[in-house]
Amino acid sequence: MQMESSYNDKVVRQFMIMTIAWGVIGMLVGIFIAAELIWPGLSFDQPWLTYSRLRPLHTNAVIFAFGGSALIGMSYYVVQRTCHVRLAFDKLAAFTFWGWQTVIVLAVITLPMGITQSKEYAELEWPIDLLITVVWVAYAAVFLFTVGRRRVKHIYVANWFFAAFIITIAVLHIFNNLAIPVSLTKSYPIYAGVIDAMMQWWYGHNAVGFFLTAGFLGMMYYFVPKQAGRPIYSYRLSVVHFWALIAIYMWAGPHHLHYTSLPDWVQSIGMVFSLILLAPSWGGMINGIMTLSGAWHKLRTDPILKFMIVSLSFYGMSTFEGPMMSIKTVNALSHYTDWTIGHVHSGALGWVAMMTIGSLYCLLPRLYNKEAMYSTKLIDVHFWTSTIGVVLYAVPMWISGVTQGLMWRAFNDDGTLTYSFIETVKFTYPYYGIRLLGGMVFFSGMLVMVYNTYKTIVDVKPTPVSVIQPA
Amino acid sequence: MSTAWSWYIIIGTVLSMLGCFWLIFWSNKQRASDEEIKESEAHVWDEDIRELNNPLPMWWLWLFILSILFSAIYLAVYPGLGKFAGISEWSQHDQYNQEVAAAEAKYGPVFAKYGAMEVVDLVSDPKALGIGKSLFANYCSQCHGSTAQGARGFPNLTDNDWLYGGEPAKIEFAILNGRAGVMPALAPALGSESDLDSMVEYVQSLADGQDTSSPAHAKFVMFCSACHGADGSGNQLLGAPNLTDDTWLYSSAKAEIRRGIVEGRRGDMPAHSQLIGPDRARILAAYVYSLSYDSAAH
Repeated sequence: MQMESSYNDKVVRQFMIMTIAWGVIGMLVGIFIAAELIWPGLSFDQPWLTYSRLRPLHTNAVIFAFGGSALIGMSYYVVQRTCHVRLAFDKLAAFTFWGWQTVIVLAVITLPMGITQSKEYAELEWPIDLLITVVWVAYAAVFLFTVGRRRVKHIYVANWFFAAFIITIAVLHIFNNLAIPVSLTKSYPIYAGVIDAMMQWWYGHNAVGFFLTAGFLGMMYYFVPKQAGRPIYSYRLSVVHFWALIAIYMWAGPHHLHYTSLPDWVQSIGMVFSLILLAPSWGGMINGIMTLSGAWHKLRTDPILKFMIVSLSFYGMSTFEGPMMSIKTVNALSHYTDWTIGHVHSGALGWVAMMTIGSLYCLLPRLYNKEAMYSTKLIDVHFWTSTIGVVLYAVPMWISGVTQGLMWRAFNDDGTLTYSFIETVKFTYPYYGIRLLGGMVFFSGMLVMVYNTYKTIVDVKPTPVSVIQPA
Repeated sequence: MSTAWSWYIIIGTVLSMLGCFWLIFWSNKQRASDEEIKESEAHVWDEDIRELNNPLPMWWLWLFILSILFSAIYLAVYPGLGKFAGISEWSQHDQYNQEVAAAEAKYGPVFAKYGAMEVVDLVSDPKALGIGKSLFANYCSQCHGSTAQGARGFPNLTDNDWLYGGEPAKIEFAILNGRAGVMPALAPALGSESDLDSMVEYVQSLADGQDTSSPAHAKFVMFCSACHGADGSGNQLLGAPNLTDDTWLYSSAKAEIRRGIVEGRRGDMPAHSQLIGPDRARILAAYVYSLSYDSAAH
């Protein structure tokens, strides 16, 4: 078979296996630090085992290693299928795989060592940042040239979202990480004071917006109709919510800095655009859920679709919760509490992880010339552990967060604060326990997935798949 | 903010919001003929991926429109559009000042009542001590511990052993103005490593009396006695600890004593007068005083 007439699925397979591996590792670190919040002694007085060093490792591993590998790999798969052409530049695509894995391994080494820029979700120091930039530009080249070589006139909607995600992340990464190196392992940002904070949250919020939302919407727009065997509900809706989403997300960052030294006008603009963001975000949910209409009966027998519908539901919930939390009066209560953690994880576990898992179960058999996964029953087990795990995680964080906020602002009649800080910490203990349990339940599902994947692919020597002629 | 930047912000913000409106009306116009809709629905990718072209759900459109309208009103009322302060002229600084003033008006008299009393009278007022306990939990416990028994480098406030003196006025002064205890690094002045060793031993055994035969004795008189006193019993005017008792701010271990001599020590108690004002400082002083106050002895 001619190379040019088959899909490049090798790089997709590599990314998918690493997605599962990093998912397991990242969530395991998450469980460990959740336990440390209950039993601080678990750090055993080792600096590299402390919460403060492992927490960035957890976030980097789940967002950029698990989520990133899933996004890059699946975008490679989707762009080939929907453009009816082999992926551009085989060697460059291979470089993006090995380059991205190198970045993650360097993160795993440097973060526990305490080498950090101290910028949330952008902790990695400048030499790694440079490598990320090179890998990302290579990724953009592979993806966009593949789109350029497409053999169909219309660019499928999933590819719009992937392209927006790739281009914007490049811009965000470069500008937030502009820094002056003083040594191989230390640099200082070129921004100072509140401008540095604003840059950080312009980056931070759009990492959520473009990495965790636009990118995964791209995944959703291919795998939901594929798995459901149903057409996307509305092309028009996808146009409107795509442009509105990518235009407005850019403005929302200041809501992370309410009631700080950030000027009032920036806070207001961040807040109103966060509110306007609600409808464009929900556009994706409507398109996903309505695509399933007419296929509801399949939910009874297909746990992969269950993953997708629950994921879309969590997406709708967190994109409603987010704008609400950006309202200043609500934020005055929610900010700095566990409510934020609950919000983030209902998005990260409920939306991002469950969409990834559902898509993986849809994709893996196709990558390994199988009809289906080894066990549908085990997918169902995984579905229930995931769903119960997210609920056990998010609900206690909501309760604990709201109560924390209320305790912090409670006054006695004599004008003193009712609770000292340590009393609010004491209050959270049982909720931290339930959260840890939720994380462990979610994680147990990942192990089921490892087993199911292993059984599916162990005896397969994958053969190249021919490029399908455009209809 | 310059006028040019202000207009830049205003134009950018308004255009973005108008852009959303335009997007809604552009896509919702019934311009798509049946044929166009059919054409777009005929696209197929990867064998079975298609798109219908259903109209936008009306409730969703209204949600979108209302959120933009709400935002327009919000930006008219609150600061946001560049230098325009908004009709309400609200600012977070004003809000903070108003809330503080309201709290002061409500609670100020409560504190003022106790602020006018003497510490020795306050220690027998359970209500004042209750307030003091709450204040201590929020302002002091981070360093001195929630039971006020201190921590390494942070004095125990319950043992009636005082660096700067335990009279009510001294305690109140420390709360209002803070304390800055400085032990200078003395390693170079003391000489060799073995000189250091003998000094460490000398200091550690001061509780058993001065060992005048020790080679460190002369150096102690020369370098240490200015603050710690000729006999090592300390000086409360300087906050220099008594070295002859059993209370150690850091540790009585040789390594720690040595570290104090080699590197010096800094003890910083922050000033609280700006933060809590004189009335609450008086109540706090009474609470701290009460912790080691032996009512039976008075």
